[in-house]
Amino acid sequence: MGRRIAATFKRTAIHAAPTVLGIIILDFLLLQLMPGDAADVIAAESGTATAETMAALRERFGLDKSVFTQLVNFLGHLATFDLGFSPRYNMPVLDMIMTRLPSTLLLMVTALSLALLLGIVLGSIMAAWAGRWPDRVLSVVVLLFYSMPGFWVGLMAVVLFSVKLGWLPSDSNMTIGANYTGWAMIADRAAHLVLPALALASFFVAVYARLTRASMLEVQRQDFMRTAEAKGLHPFFIQLRHALRNALIPVTTVAGMHLGNLLGGAVVIETLFGWPGMGRLALEAVLARDFSVLLGVLLLSSFLVILANMVIDLLHAWLDPRIGTT
Amino acid sequence: MNPIPVPLLEVDRLTVAFPGHVAVREASFAIAPAETLALVGESGCGKSVTAFSVMRLLPPNARVASGRILFDGNDLMTASRPEMRRLRGRHISLIQQEPMTSLNPVLSIGVQIGEVLRRHERLSRRATRARVVELLDLVKIPDAHRRIDDYPHNLSGGMRQRVMIAMAVACHPKLLIADEPTTALDVTTQAQVLDLLGDLRRELAMAVLLITHDLGVVAQWADRIAVMYAGRIVERASIVPFFARPMHPYSHGLLGARVDVDAEEHYLTDRLTEIPGSVGSAAGETGCSFAPRCPMVQPSCRLAPPPLLELADGRAVACPITAAQTGAPHGAAVG
Repeated sequence: MGRRIAATFKRTAIHAAPTVLGIIILDFLLLQLMPGDAADVIAAESGTATAETMAALRERFGLDKSVFTQLVNFLGHLATFDLGFSPRYNMPVLDMIMTRLPSTLLLMVTALSLALLLGIVLGSIMAAWAGRWPDRVLSVVVLLFYSMPGFWVGLMAVVLFSVKLGWLPSDSNMTIGANYTGWAMIADRAAHLVLPALALASFFVAVYARLTRASMLEVQRQDFMRTAEAKGLHPFFIQLRHALRNALIPVTTVAGMHLGNLLGGAVVIETLFGWPGMGRLALEAVLARDFSVLLGVLLLSSFLVILANMVIDLLHAWLDPRIGTT
Repeated sequence: MNPIPVPLLEVDRLTVAFPGHVAVREASFAIAPAETLALVGESGCGKSVTAFSVMRLLPPNARVASGRILFDGNDLMTASRPEMRRLRGRHISLIQQEPMTSLNPVLSIGVQIGEVLRRHERLSRRATRARVVELLDLVKIPDAHRRIDDYPHNLSGGMRQRVMIAMAVACHPKLLIADEPTTALDVTTQAQVLDLLGDLRRELAMAVLLITHDLGVVAQWADRIAVMYAGRIVERASIVPFFARPMHPYSHGLLGARVDVDAEEHYLTDRLTEIPGSVGSAAGETGCSFAPRCPMVQPSCRLAPPPLLELADGRAVACPITAAQTGAPHGAAVG
């Protein structure tokens, strides 16, 4: 078991290095295609820029160099874990990202766990009552979540739970200026987390529920289910131990592929809920043509996705003993 | 008079229906303790369905339309679900046909064998492991200590079927249902697995319901035979008289269709014997379902399905023509 997981870890780590390098170079080149740069935006905001001040700005940020030189400079800095300097905010990019990273991680992990948990539970219930009313009712609910965009679910949840009912806060990730400590702080953070996490998870809950239902029904037809029944085991135990474990393999595969989507969705949800995360930072960086910040965010995001895929691979190796043995 | 004084399992006029067709019609047979009954017939004749109804493990769209199944004095048709679960794995166990798919691919074999012990004997984790190693030794899996943590994909087909056998005999069941246990294995492995099953059945004094279409296996293995055709049992007999003188025209055809090694029969030199026609002709037949293929068919055969007539020595045949040739029916019709 331990050896199998170590082998999986090693294999994934070897794949990750060239992937990250490819992502950086591709991102860098793609961003060159965007019209305008940071100097344009700063100049436009000041309103009194001349051609000379803009040239000076470009020279200071290194924007006057050729694309190739800029790329080599960027990679050179990256080798020393230096993500560069933001011309817009006058801060090292790494510091900016590090202040945002924990919030995004918290939101992502919560949303994904919530989506997996709710999806698997709902899917199992639907499979257990397949064709009967609990299945029908849940199918309609799931279809609704599947077809509604996350930001709309988020908006409606704000209208209902924050505006009408006043149960949950709708902005930021904590009550500003309250200075809670201990349990009060955790409760405050959790209350702020509920709505954005649900809005981000809603679509994925639907995907996982449908997938779990289908693969649970698929497993029921397998011979080993009859073997388990022939042992006199309780049906609940059979479903939990024999069926669900097999059914989870396709669900975790898809969950791994969804992590990128989840980060993309986080940009919208973070903007909607005023969540101080990397998604919103990325949006601000695009608007300000602050490419060094944007590259940093993209780089960190790709790290996150690769890291999460590693976790999924490890989960897979644990779920399915046929994986990772060569 | 009943040929078996105290049967362990008694199946009485069992009828199993699927939507649109009846898979088993009025099947009756009994198995005495420690006896092996072979249930023989071609694919789709209702053998496996009969076996699964004994464990009440029919597919969800099938239902027992009528009949009774008595096991050790308990009526299995009226037993509650928890009662059935106490019987399954402990007193009645099952070996399935396909060892490649009948083991769960994501659980180690030790866990899968241990499960049945923990369920019925409430053993501790440690005691279970020790018992599983003993069981793996019993079914002659080498290196049981190491193999216990293997997964099904690490094992060959024959080894997996051994694991299935270990699982089935773990709680020393009174009745073992073996549904074509060697069909999916290659010939040399078949012999090994059958020898193992034969030894275990004697050691543990288990009754076995052996489902097969291999008459060679039946001759070597079973005490008695029941031949099924299109959902009905057409003949029941002890092994020696059956092979000496099959009575039902279908049984006759089956034995005739065997390739006899000693007679120097070979498909290159002789045409292989076959039963003319196909089992599909039984569909829509109002009388005997074998009538369309039967060389001895009479007009009366097509009127109503012939009942299973009890003859001397526990023999029974569902053919009035051949029964009349051997003398008057000994007992009453049961079918």
